[in-house]
Amino acid sequence: MIRFVDVHKSYRVDGRDIPALQPFSLDIADGEVFGIIGLSGAGKSTLIRLINLLERPSGGDIFINDIEMTVLAEPALRAQRRKIGMIFQHFNLLASQTVADNVAFPLRLAGERDAAALRARVDELLARVGLSAHADKYPSQLSGGQKQRVGIARALANRPSILLCDEATSALDPQTTASVLELLAEINRELKLTIVLITHEMDVVRRVCDRVAVLDAGVIVERGAVADVFLHPQHATTRRFVNEALPEEAASELTPFAQVPGRILRMSFRGDTTLTPALGRVARETGIDFNILAGRIDRIKDLPYGQLTLAMQGEHVEAALAALRGAGIEIEELHR
Amino acid sequence: MNLLQKLFPNIDDWSELGRACIDTLLMLGGSLLLTVLIGLPLGVLLYLTSKGQLRPMPKLYAITSLLVNILRSVPFIILMIVLMPVTYFLVGTKLGIRGAIPPLVIGAAPFFARLVETALREVQQGVIEASQAMGASLWQIVRHVLLPEARGGIFAGITVTAIALVGYTAMGGAIGSGGLGDLAYRYGYLSYKSDYMLVTVALLIVLVQLLQMIGDRIVARYSRR
Repeated sequence: MIRFVDVHKSYRVDGRDIPALQPFSLDIADGEVFGIIGLSGAGKSTLIRLINLLERPSGGDIFINDIEMTVLAEPALRAQRRKIGMIFQHFNLLASQTVADNVAFPLRLAGERDAAALRARVDELLARVGLSAHADKYPSQLSGGQKQRVGIARALANRPSILLCDEATSALDPQTTASVLELLAEINRELKLTIVLITHEMDVVRRVCDRVAVLDAGVIVERGAVADVFLHPQHATTRRFVNEALPEEAASELTPFAQVPGRILRMSFRGDTTLTPALGRVARETGIDFNILAGRIDRIKDLPYGQLTLAMQGEHVEAALAALRGAGIEIEELHR
Repeated sequence: MNLLQKLFPNIDDWSELGRACIDTLLMLGGSLLLTVLIGLPLGVLLYLTSKGQLRPMPKLYAITSLLVNILRSVPFIILMIVLMPVTYFLVGTKLGIRGAIPPLVIGAAPFFARLVETALREVQQGVIEASQAMGASLWQIVRHVLLPEARGGIFAGITVTAIALVGYTAMGGAIGSGGLGDLAYRYGYLSYKSDYMLVTVALLIVLVQLLQMIGDRIVARYSRR
């Protein structure tokens, strides 16, 4: 469990305090994948570094598994840091060392000297990230995705309970991003590791996170389960991020619905309701007509969801809406 | 032998040249070793204590930096003369190879320290941050991250320093430290035996070329970018 209590952070620049993070409290549960999304400069990079104290808070307390981090002396802090893995946007591998030595590095730092034990653990880690064949290469000989996999193997070496991901996929192309995210999800499932990731892409949050906090100019403006935040964003910043992930949807909201006959509704399906033919059944039963204007069916992590914007007309629209709500579909009216 | 005599009529004792060569190499080797041993930690200190680095200490940095700059701004020949009492105190003589090494090291170590500092600055900040996140101590970061990551630049610095030291040893010849510089100065300059000058200069060129080649090889071997 990661717990922030009334934590805030400001930087001293030319004798003035520039606030980076306004006071906030936040709990991140064991085993969850927690996303922090924000534009550059929003403070997400500072926030994630507070967890392993690469940045010290200006005030407030940070607890990790009930250990108060801010009061630890240097050696105790180093011991705690070994239990928190971290991966980076630019990988930050040792260019002078082979892949195997990079992965062995945190083990050596922790005092492991036995060559056979090192070798065995490194082999195991490289196998997990699918790089067994590249053990003796140097980082400069690898692609971006492979470098990040080395970063992940290195971060897992000391069997941490927490993995911090600092824009881990921002320097990667979309396909590589997908495979790295898949690997992170797999690690979270199999090792029961808590993952905290920061990103500026809603799509990253949608694919792997359980919960998300939206950071805007040093303030957490919205937080909750990804499905809630994604399907019903409240804050303007959140809506902007969500719309980036849903280009069609964004476009459709700009369409002059006034010219479309009927009532304009947005329906959100989640989980099992996505898979039932509720809309067709209700339309048949109540005799309404509907016209789909925009829509998307996808997954939020493992949860299937659908979101349709449609125009509905007919005598029994109210009855139809009631029936749809009864079937577990969330409905918002965009225009009447 | 006849040909040699014709080409270089003034050189009657070739073994003296050979000895001078060996003296120069000994001075170079000894002073380079000590320069690296002193300059490397000094460069690490400069790097660590500078602004925004792992142990920023503005005052210590300012003092070290000033000292380094002072030693670097004194022309070597002057430094050598000024340091004579120190040299005598350290090695018991102002002459010969032993007498040459203290001023050579004191002249070259600050220069090399700056090159080390520059090489360390080239190490990606992110790599240092990553090792901190892995729980590395300051010493572990220096030993296992900074020095290995910067070793290409450090070896390039050793090469540049070695070549500068060749020049310094030749200058040292003028005030009695022996070696090729001594021959060039005494026979070539003071006694107008220009063939001595020619041969010693040629030998120094070969030495510098060799040092540069070896240095480049090592740098290429250890640069993994």
